[in-house]
Formats: sequence, C-alpha cells, structure tokens
Amino acid sequence: MSTPSASGAKDQVARLLTLVPFLHSHDGVRLDDAAAALGVAPGQLLSDLKVLLMCGLPGGYPDDLIDVDLDALEGPEADGVIRVSNADYLSRPLRLTPTEATAIIVALRALRSGAREETREVVDRALTKLEAAATEGSAARQIDPGEVDLERLDQVRLEADLHDAVARQRQVRLIYFVPSRDEQSERTVDPRGIVSAHGFTYLDAWCHSARAPRLFRLDRIREAAVLDTPVSTAPEPPRDLSEGLFKRAEDTTLVTLRVEPPARWIVEYYPVEAVRPGPGAALDVDLLIADERWLQRLLLRLAPHARVLSPTELDQAFTRRARATLSLYA
Amino acid sequence: MAVAKSERLLNLLIMLLVQRHYVPKDRIRAILYPDSSTEAFEKMFERDKEELRSLGVPIEVGNMDAYFDDEPGYRIRPDEFALPDISLTADEAAVIGLATRVWEHARLAEATTEAVRKLTALGLPLDVSALDIAQPRLSADEPSFDLFWEAIQERIPVEFEYRRPGATAATTRHLQPWGVVRYSGRWYVVGLDTDRDEERVFRLSRVQGEARRAGQPGSYDVPPGTDVRATTMRLAPEPTTGRAVLLVREGSGLALRRDAESVEPGVAGPDERTGWDRVVTSRGGTGAADEVLGYGPDVYVEEPEALREAVVHRLRAIVGEAS
Repeated sequence: MSTPSASGAKDQVARLLTLVPFLHSHDGVRLDDAAAALGVAPGQLLSDLKVLLMCGLPGGYPDDLIDVDLDALEGPEADGVIRVSNADYLSRPLRLTPTEATAIIVALRALRSGAREETREVVDRALTKLEAAATEGSAARQIDPGEVDLERLDQVRLEADLHDAVARQRQVRLIYFVPSRDEQSERTVDPRGIVSAHGFTYLDAWCHSARAPRLFRLDRIREAAVLDTPVSTAPEPPRDLSEGLFKRAEDTTLVTLRVEPPARWIVEYYPVEAVRPGPGAALDVDLLIADERWLQRLLLRLAPHARVLSPTELDQAFTRRARATLSLYA
Repeated sequence: MAVAKSERLLNLLIMLLVQRHYVPKDRIRAILYPDSSTEAFEKMFERDKEELRSLGVPIEVGNMDAYFDDEPGYRIRPDEFALPDISLTADEAAVIGLATRVWEHARLAEATTEAVRKLTALGLPLDVSALDIAQPRLSADEPSFDLFWEAIQERIPVEFEYRRPGATAATTRHLQPWGVVRYSGRWYVVGLDTDRDEERVFRLSRVQGEARRAGQPGSYDVPPGTDVRATTMRLAPEPTTGRAVLLVREGSGLALRRDAESVEPGVAGPDERTGWDRVVTSRGGTGAADEVLGYGPDVYVEEPEALREAVVHRLRAIVGEAS
C-alpha cells in the first residue's frame, strides 16, 4: 500500500506513467474519454499533460522534450484530441506494485469461487497471465480469500436479482425469516436498494404488509421472486446506514445493559449508542432496541453475563422468562 | 512548486531509463539539480529516488567502472520498469475488469483499480458490460487488516494485543505473519508466534486496538512450502458439531428445524400448554447452549446431559438460585 503522506508530485508522476502509455495505445483519444477511462478529472488531466512539456531526454535541446499539442486542447482551434509525441520510451506502463498485484489476484480468486464452471476456466486463464506478469514481491499466495460458500453464493445471486428488481422498479415477493420472533412470513415489497452496515447486507424496501419502510437482511430472505408488477410507491433512494440502523425508526427504546466480559463481544457486533466502564471488568452499554423480543432472546443467549439496568421492567420480564424456561426442567 | 517537482521526478526517471549504462551522480546533479548546494542536492536526490521507488520504479545502484571509480551510478532497466506484455482474450479482459468491484476495502479497491488502469494502458479492452457472473464481495473491516497485509508483503514482525474467546484480559503477542486467510467469513492471520516458537492462528476481529510493526522489512522468511489455508484450517478452532435431542414447541424453533436430522411431531413434552415435537439436530457443539437458551421456554433439552446441565445452570444463575 502506498504511504499515506504521498506527495502531490508523486501522485502526478504516477498518473503520467499510466497516461502516456494509455495515449500510445489509444490513438486519437479525446481528453474527456481519456479522463473517464483513467478516473481523473479532465482539468487535472490537462494539468498533468502540461508537465510533460517540460520533460524529456537529458540533452537539453528543444527536440529532446516531449511534445503535447496544446492548441488541440485549449483555445479556438481545439478539437479535444490528445496528441503527444516524442515519448516512446514511456510507451509501456509501470509494473504492478506488489500491493496492486496482490489485490487484483486475490479479487480474481474470489470471483473464481463465485463463478460457474465455464467462467471459472476464463478466470483461471486470466489469473495465469496476471500471475506471470506480477512482480516477485506479490504476496498473493499468502492472502487467501477462501471459497465463497454455497449459502453465500446464493446470497450473491439473490443480490443480483434484487438489484435487477430495483433497477426495473418491480415488486418482489419475499419469504422472510425473523429469528427474534421465530417466524417466517411472506410479504410483497417495493425494493429501494441494497445497503450494507456492520457486516450485513440489507434490502431496503417499502413493505406492503407493514405499510412502512423495512430493512430485510439478505441472509434471512429464504426466497425472493421478482414480480412483473411495477412498484406502487414513489421510488426513493435506499437509506444511509452509516448513522446506525434505527435512525429512521420511531418506536425505539433506549436500554442500558451491564455486560460481563464473556458477553462483551456484543459491543463490537451490534451498533451501540454508548459504552462506559462498569464495576470490575463489566461494561455498561446503551443500545437502541426496536423489538423487545429481540432483546429477550439476546439476553438469554448471553445468560447470565448480561442484565438490563434500565428500564427495570425489561429486567423483570427477562427474569420471568428465565423462570418459565427453568420450570420446564423442574 | 509541485509542478516543478513533478517535472524533476519525471526527468530523473527518463534520464535513468534511456541510458544503457549507470548514470554518474555528478551528471545527474549537473543536469537536474544545477542550482542546489551539495547538501541540498544530496537531500533532494535521496528523497526523489525514494519517491520513485515507492511508486514501484526499480532504480538500481551500481559502480560506473569496476576498475577505476567508486562513484556510484544509477539506472532503471526498461525490462524491469515496464509491465510485461500481457495478451488477454476479450473474455479474460472482462473478468479482470470485474475484479475492480470485488474489494469492499478502500485501499485495496483502489489498488485493484490502479492495476486495471495499467492494463488498460497496455491497450487491453476491459469491457465489463457483457459478462454475466455472480460478483462476490470481499470486505475486510477488521482495523488490523491493513497492517497485517503490509507486514505480510514486507515480512515485518507484528506486535498486538489479543483477547482469546472467553478471556477477560488481552495479552501482548508477537508474530511473524505468513499470511491472512478468510474462513467462514472471517479473516485470520497465521504465522510464527515468537513468544511460543510455534505456528499460531489469530482471528483479526479479536485483535484489540492497533497492531504495531515490531521489526524491519525482510526480518524473516516464510517457511518454504507453507500452505497458509491448510495451516489455518488445522489450527483454527473447528466449528464443532454434536448431536442434540431437543423438544421444540409446535410452530417454533424454525431455524432448528430447517437443518434438523429428524423431526418427530406430536410427542409428550414438559408442559401441556401446546404440542411438542422432538427435533434431532447436529448443531449440538459449541454455542448450542446459547442457541437453545435464546428460544426460552419454547425449547427443552433431552440430550446430551452436558448441554442440559449447562442450560439449567445458566438459567439458575439468572433467577438467583444456587445450582
């Protein structure tokens, strides 16, 4: 990975070392097209090109310098086509850095494991060629993205279907599993988009059963059928989950839990509002709860390492539920 | 200023690239740093070389003439500098284009994109529109992932605080990392634990705070023939399985039923409030007590005895009874 304090000059040189070979292999390319292909703003690309005018062979003669036809890019005669000459020694791009080589090879291996048989063979050919071209410094062998397991693969395909439904504004019929209620339900939704937060991927959609926007975790969607029916609510962009899942939910309760060390992982796992040191090694954790059944299930799973400090009626409900469970074994 | 520096860096690169032989330092100075004092030249030249090298430009140092002169010279070999010719078929180019969408990790996504741009500069048509392929995503949210990634590339020992599952406090560990491996959706680092002088596997999500470099690049070698995935599978705690016989209240325990070995409906249960089904599951290993407890009074453990005891013990702890 590049050092974080990369200077502007260094970045500019890096861009030029890709730009010049790009121009060499794309004769007559327009400034805008080159900028788009290389992910650089057109204005920046023009500034980069002007640097080239002052570079060239070390002889010091005008003929030694790289030539850029600026009249074609600026001014009344401009046709927007980039013409660079006298730079044949830069006609090949720089080697991949070890990080670039590793990143792309590992990404391809991940693609491979998600691909069907006939595509795998294509990925393998591409990988062989890239690995041959990679620098010796590549650590690709030591970074293993693993196999995409079958369940995950189903999810990848599900995601593709849902994206398609969003793009075509079609309703989707879902069979959705809600562990906190231990129930499976069928509902029809107007999909809005796919969003990710803390390791999970969600479908944001208007749910016709709930008559409200709902988030559906993809790994809990048991079945999804894209219907021919167009969506019936006004399309809206999917919500931004970076501020937490419950930002838009109104009926949430703020709960304070005291968690002992074996249950501390919940702090990393769930979006929590605040964490304070409690007595001993315990932590006091504030959590926004949209569904009390979810909390009761979590507390039982963690038992006896998490208790509710407030509101106290939730702690009483928890003790009642534990007592009821224990009575089965009496 | 920045532009002048860009020009100087690029001119230095071109100068070293087009010469067949090593370019003497005084010639470099005369042409590219004509107005600098000796001290300023040394400083700038050092930094310029360093910046070019950090881009991946291979600057070689060598002696001009083995017989007469100690003065070092510099050069860049074109075959070391340039990306070798890669000829890709259209479908190969298409999958490479897709690779840019795999990483959900800012720096690695950028590195992949940069690699693809270089390939585009070779003249390869990277058109991703035609391909129908499921696109897996690779995320790496663990804060220590970047440092371990760098350490593995450069073979740098790492020091970090690690909390073992169930442990209260973190301990400081020292590792020569050999590789990182994704397994069951989580990243692990495998390497030589130098405190214990044994190979070990650590789950990155259990690394506390910032991991730190603890040595120089190239400090160690990965033992030849190391298969990081095999080592991880060997050392990582297996997701243990075990058979459990449960009584599950009619209509509940959907997740337990879904992959059950068998479900026997309408059996006698611990109460008569509802009907009960006997569910035999292979999910009786680690974490089974957590899962069973989560269902509260809807699931009752018949076997194994150890699971039953664990569940009862933990319930008693909640209601304040001694067990």
